[in-house]
Amino acid sequence: MKWKKFGKIFDPTRHKLSNNCVEFAQSPQALVFDDYVRIYFSTREKDKTGKYLSHISFIDIDKKFKNIINVSSDTVIELGNLGCYDEHGIFPLNILRDSNKILGYIGGWNRRVSVQTDGSIGLAVSNDQGLTFKRIGDGPVLTSSLHEPFMMGDPFVQMYDGIYHMWYIYGTQWIEASKEKEPQRVYKIGHATSHNGISWQKEGRQLIADKLNFNECQALPTVIKVKNKYHMLFCYRQATDFRKNRERSYRIGYAFSKDLKEWTRDDDTVGIDVSEDDWDCDMLCYPHVFRCDGKIYLLYNGNEFGRFGFGLAILEDVEN
Amino acid sequence: MFKWKKLGRVFNPTKYKDKSWMREFAQAPSVLIFDKFVRVFFACRPLRDKNRQYVSYTGFVDLNRYNLFEIINISKRPILQLGERGTFDEFGTYPVSVIRKDNEIIAYYGGWTRCESIPYTVSIGVAKSHDNGVHFTKFGRGPLLSSNILDPYVVSGPKVRRFNERWYLWYVAGTKWLETNSKPEAVYKIRMAYSVDGINWTRNGKNLIENKIEKNECQASPDVIYYKEKYHMFFCYKYSLNFRNNKRGYKIGYAYSDDLTHWIRDDTKAGIDISRKGWDGESIAYPHVFELDNNLYMLYLGNQVGRYGFGLAQLEDYKQ
Repeated sequence: MKWKKFGKIFDPTRHKLSNNCVEFAQSPQALVFDDYVRIYFSTREKDKTGKYLSHISFIDIDKKFKNIINVSSDTVIELGNLGCYDEHGIFPLNILRDSNKILGYIGGWNRRVSVQTDGSIGLAVSNDQGLTFKRIGDGPVLTSSLHEPFMMGDPFVQMYDGIYHMWYIYGTQWIEASKEKEPQRVYKIGHATSHNGISWQKEGRQLIADKLNFNECQALPTVIKVKNKYHMLFCYRQATDFRKNRERSYRIGYAFSKDLKEWTRDDDTVGIDVSEDDWDCDMLCYPHVFRCDGKIYLLYNGNEFGRFGFGLAILEDVEN
Repeated sequence: MFKWKKLGRVFNPTKYKDKSWMREFAQAPSVLIFDKFVRVFFACRPLRDKNRQYVSYTGFVDLNRYNLFEIINISKRPILQLGERGTFDEFGTYPVSVIRKDNEIIAYYGGWTRCESIPYTVSIGVAKSHDNGVHFTKFGRGPLLSSNILDPYVVSGPKVRRFNERWYLWYVAGTKWLETNSKPEAVYKIRMAYSVDGINWTRNGKNLIENKIEKNECQASPDVIYYKEKYHMFFCYKYSLNFRNNKRGYKIGYAYSDDLTHWIRDDTKAGIDISRKGWDGESIAYPHVFELDNNLYMLYLGNQVGRYGFGLAQLEDYKQ
């Protein structure tokens, strides 16, 4: 693949956001309309205890990706009730047009005691062109199970040949490292299918081979079909010392498949990397690939996991 | 109409000081019957930790089959290990319900973890034993039944039975958390899942037992037997708030059914109540009913949900 960077297209610190959010525009997700593109993202509010809550917001941007037409001033989706899987944040809200409805798959998380968080995946539906979403239920549609024991998140759903496919991540362990104050999670990319988008069958295996090591963390899979091949971008990093250390932080990885079953990892051909000296010089994370008017685009976050916004790249070339 | 004759307390854990993991509580008894003894599994606790928090383990006592007040053996170790960091059963395995399957014993259990905004959450795990229940191995590190759209909160208190080649799991589903001046309190109701193999379960999210004392009544320990061409359920219920150390705590309720789906509650037929004083003078809870040598018995907990052990009652005029 070969991506040409447009640069950063949205900086949350330059706009007024709903829910008292002031920084972070993470895990951008696109919904394409006739005249503009709506880009959802996760932003953050500090609660009374000084801890973060993640809320969903969006911008509408013209199709040249130059002019922001609108920044959401209302709540797109409420956080979950007391004790629900998504009580403390939604990250991301993955959007899928499904006939006349718009589905929003919720990466929901809540705070724990022995580890920082746990997560599950839920479903909400919008009947107003994506302005607001309502849950189909207070609980999740995909959660931990015998062999995927915790930390379900990062849903990405597409329909291929009448079947809903979800790529997501699941935790495999919490590791205690001497350099880190808190336990650090390890997670991998999994896959599930569904006939209705609600009841899911997990495939039950790690989809993408590790490259760095056994504790490699893989996150936010995004898949697009070009001609007869499926392309997956995701991000990956070391499990510890990844926040400030440029060499151990997120990069964008790549895998391809002809049948949605076997995936071949080939990061060397992803065609995008950190820049020399810019907003995305230390890390690249949370990729989201989408089509708009016949072109293929990539939204992604840069340094500090998207604290200062997200950028865009356009696909110039893809090998078949 | 049932009439239970109380035979007295069988086991008081506070009398035993030699096992650090079994110092207080003997909760949710359930039996496995052998030729010469009856193994009673129950959940117990070490003393509180330095943060005044409990964990719970499950152990057993073996009672002489021909004199159920004679304890002939006590488990030396917990039958199940607590889960590793971040897993659903890191802080407790309570309660356990066992069933024989071929040469194995399968245990369904509530796994406890701690949360920040609510004190805990619970999912149901599964494990098996090849040594008559002395030691169980988990099927996986994750839960078998966890929250879903129908059951958004705690999924707990499994009681497994097989009737007519079908597997049934009565369990307790949280329906909300009530905010209080201190920790939130859970509201939970009795529900049922069914299965052909004990592993893949179907749930419908329906409350089986109507409320009696209040809308937020908490219901637990649904124990079902077949007797005289009907299904009978003994369970316990309490008020949702201010129920500790007073008479708003658990009492034993009763319902009957022809089809395992539709239940008619009639607590007046339960035939057992608190005593005027003593170890079960304030509350009685967690009934477990079993047939042995042409008698029908009920194990149940006394005050403070089994802090001081469990007792035995026998049905008068039992004729199979």
